[in-house]
Amino acid sequence: MTDTISFKLNGKPTRLNLDGNRLLLWVLRTDLGLTGPKYGCGQGHCGCCTVLVNNVALRSCLVAVSSVKDKDVVTIEGLEQDGKLHPVQKAFMAHDALQCGFCIPGQVMHAVSLLNKNPQPTREQIVQGMNNNFCRCGAHTRIIDAIQSAATEMQGGPAQ
Amino acid sequence: MNTNDYLALNFKDIKDYSDLYPQSRRDFFKRLGGGIIVCVVMSEFLAAQAQEERRFRGFGRGLPSDFNAFLRIDENGHVTGYTGKIEMGQGPITSLPQMLADELDTPLGTVDMVMGDTDLCPWDMGTFGSMTTRMFGPALQAAAAEAKAVLLELAAESLKVPQAQLAAKDGAIFDKEKPERRVTYGQLTQGKKIERHIEGKPPLKDPSQFTAVGQPELHRDGRAKVTGAAHYAGDIRLPGMLYAKILRPPAHDAKLKSMDTAPAKKIPGVQVVQDKDYQGKDLIAVFHEFPDVAENALEQIKADYDVPEARVDDKNIFDHLLSVAPPAHVLASDGDLEAGRKLAVKTVEATYLDGYVAHSPMETHTALARIEDGKATVWASTQNPFGAQGEIARALGFPAEKVRVITPFVGGGFGGKTYNQQAVEAAQLAKIVGKPVQVMWSREEEFFYDTFQPAAIVKISSGVDASGKTVFWDYDVYYAGERGAQQFYTVPNHRTSGHGRGWQGSEHPFHTGAWRAPGNNTNTFARESHIDQMAAVAGVDPVEFRLNNLSDARMVRVLKTAAETFGWTPAKAPSQRGYGVACGIDAGTYVAAIAEVAVDAKTGAVQVKRVACAQDMGLVINPEGAKIQMEGCITMGMGYALTEEIHFKGRKVLDTNYDTYEIPRYSWVPKMDTVILDAKDKPPQGGGEPAIVVMGAVIANAIHDATGVRLCQLPMTPDRVKAAIQKT
Ligand code: FES
Ligand code: FES
Repeated sequence: MTDTISFKLNGKPTRLNLDGNRLLLWVLRTDLGLTGPKYGCGQGHCGCCTVLVNNVALRSCLVAVSSVKDKDVVTIEGLEQDGKLHPVQKAFMAHDALQCGFCIPGQVMHAVSLLNKNPQPTREQIVQGMNNNFCRCGAHTRIIDAIQSAATEMQGGPAQ
Repeated sequence: MNTNDYLALNFKDIKDYSDLYPQSRRDFFKRLGGGIIVCVVMSEFLAAQAQEERRFRGFGRGLPSDFNAFLRIDENGHVTGYTGKIEMGQGPITSLPQMLADELDTPLGTVDMVMGDTDLCPWDMGTFGSMTTRMFGPALQAAAAEAKAVLLELAAESLKVPQAQLAAKDGAIFDKEKPERRVTYGQLTQGKKIERHIEGKPPLKDPSQFTAVGQPELHRDGRAKVTGAAHYAGDIRLPGMLYAKILRPPAHDAKLKSMDTAPAKKIPGVQVVQDKDYQGKDLIAVFHEFPDVAENALEQIKADYDVPEARVDDKNIFDHLLSVAPPAHVLASDGDLEAGRKLAVKTVEATYLDGYVAHSPMETHTALARIEDGKATVWASTQNPFGAQGEIARALGFPAEKVRVITPFVGGGFGGKTYNQQAVEAAQLAKIVGKPVQVMWSREEEFFYDTFQPAAIVKISSGVDASGKTVFWDYDVYYAGERGAQQFYTVPNHRTSGHGRGWQGSEHPFHTGAWRAPGNNTNTFARESHIDQMAAVAGVDPVEFRLNNLSDARMVRVLKTAAETFGWTPAKAPSQRGYGVACGIDAGTYVAAIAEVAVDAKTGAVQVKRVACAQDMGLVINPEGAKIQMEGCITMGMGYALTEEIHFKGRKVLDTNYDTYEIPRYSWVPKMDTVILDAKDKPPQGGGEPAIVVMGAVIANAIHDATGVRLCQLPMTPDRVKAAIQKT
């Protein structure tokens, strides 16, 4: 069964003719060549596959591509604007909040979504908000610090 | 016992394929353009390490006879180090250039690494055992020192100044008397092709002259990793490639009885292959140009299996393992145990248990294989690209030089990616279908084929005299392996025995293997829990008890540092404060940790509130990177300590995803204070593993301090903690 699905992907209008039941993660990774979102578990546990749909974090391994029809999808590849990294990306780098890096696209996207909803989270809110994004390498503590300082920067506070 | 014994790594189970490599330097260097190329052969300088590596691997030949490291300075003055080691988050892509930059007096930004490509890099046995910095680093430094000697010769000619009058700085050589007379490395190497082969020798620089080494450096790959630009094996795309999904049995050793592939074949674009692998086992796979369609097609295959009767499970496994345990071999002994027993006023006997633990890197085993003109190229998530190359060559019946393994970024390994089944599968399937094939294991496959940390048992009997000195220590470890078994306390009468062949016993229901700091997590859990039990019966504060029984100055220093950092005040356990301490040695590094926990007596849940950890790892190349590794170890270590344990029935693995197998999360993360002691005078030691070894014991001891309850089995799940509390 072929459906036509139009949506915005990283700012660009996109139109696909495909089976709308296919999972968004694999359509992004294969059909569209955006390999930033990763497969970690395929069941919604780990968050490696996180993308933004209408500015809200979504686990792309769980949803059919048809569900993003007419919506605005952003992957890690689309976060950089005019050659400028998003403050969350910059903060991850500045805090060295990564090791193998495999979970990082999902962590960054989830953090962006978190700050969209709550621009000035407490440490505890960050911990709770990020709690279902897994990192096997144990970069958590630096990721928490990075999100805190990104929040500060986005509020117009001191840049890192 | 000398310190060398602590370094025992036991890599016996890593297959050696070095005999398959007739690869000559010519092959390598033909591909390179001009400049200076220096190769280093390990010699006396590295003999100790080389011997050590050989010993661990149990092969007559652990190191290649050709060369171990090389580097090139090209005609732009750019420096490239080539290594078969790989980057999986532990940071060599950042730290090795620091070593090179210092030795060569060139800006860090002009130094790059090429890693884990079997066509470009010298043979290497793999990335494990925290060996990259401590063993490979010096070889690379020696190459750099030689390259600089060549540059100085060239500069003396070009500037017509005696060498003694020259100095190097920022990628250029200048006349000390007239610094404006200078020539850059790029100018010197222009139009030349100079090859040097040297025997490894110690670098000439004194650590005090280092400017890049010892400086905190941010991960070089940070930008690539925060933008999604970093490519892992599963992110490589080739024209015409297919995604394969392989039919798996429900349990290891289950026999396929019948199968119907017709429904899968009906899906448009799906191809089904029914073949045998090179060992004669079934290889049944579905292919599609999209992985999700291949996955759906696989689900359509109805297969029936004969599953062998389940005899062991996660409950009775320890009885089973003890009943089939191989005889003891003594690893270390001294004095007279019987005499020691007589001196004891208090004795403690205990048995410690540890379950199977999964590596569970976030990136599952993945590979993409292409076979073209009789040559296989395989992009693989692997910790030992040359091992993978050998395995693939055997499976395909190709000579090794017809197999190239390229290692992109690796999404975590922890020992699990020394096992390259997925790369062999991808290569065989690519050969069968005649197109590039990607194999990316599902999380379920990852759990099923993982080479778990083995379930293990440690039995200890020991005693103290009236002055609180340990007078005897009788230690038996089953199946964990020897790493970390030898203890470092001063005990006049002791014996340490091992049972089983390290991590790879055939007694287990599935594959087992090296898991971050293999063996040492189990051994340190047992030893440090037991030391605490002795402190308790002696009625002495556990830090003081350790100091009373230690003479090793390095350990004393790290323990005192951890205690100070934490703000330890002496008290007998259980003090109800929830404080615990543990010490360990791994990969040449000394580590001590102190933790504070809170235990919910009703649920048995344990929250680790803070951890102070001190480490003496010799000369530190990248202190920031080393701290990150310590934080990673502490965080990951809470998993095996508190929740991680594989559930199984017979040879069926019951955990298939993270719904039942719980790994550490943000809400677990304690406040961490990490301290790296200054020990510039000592050679660099391992950093990727040591701090993880203390996590089981430090939490067990803190739980005891909080509740008076002693947990002797890992993981210390809420159920186990609750049951133990209710028993008292
Ligand atoms: S891959 Fe989607 S949540 Fe794990
Ligand atoms: S950085 Fe490796 S999984 Fe998070």
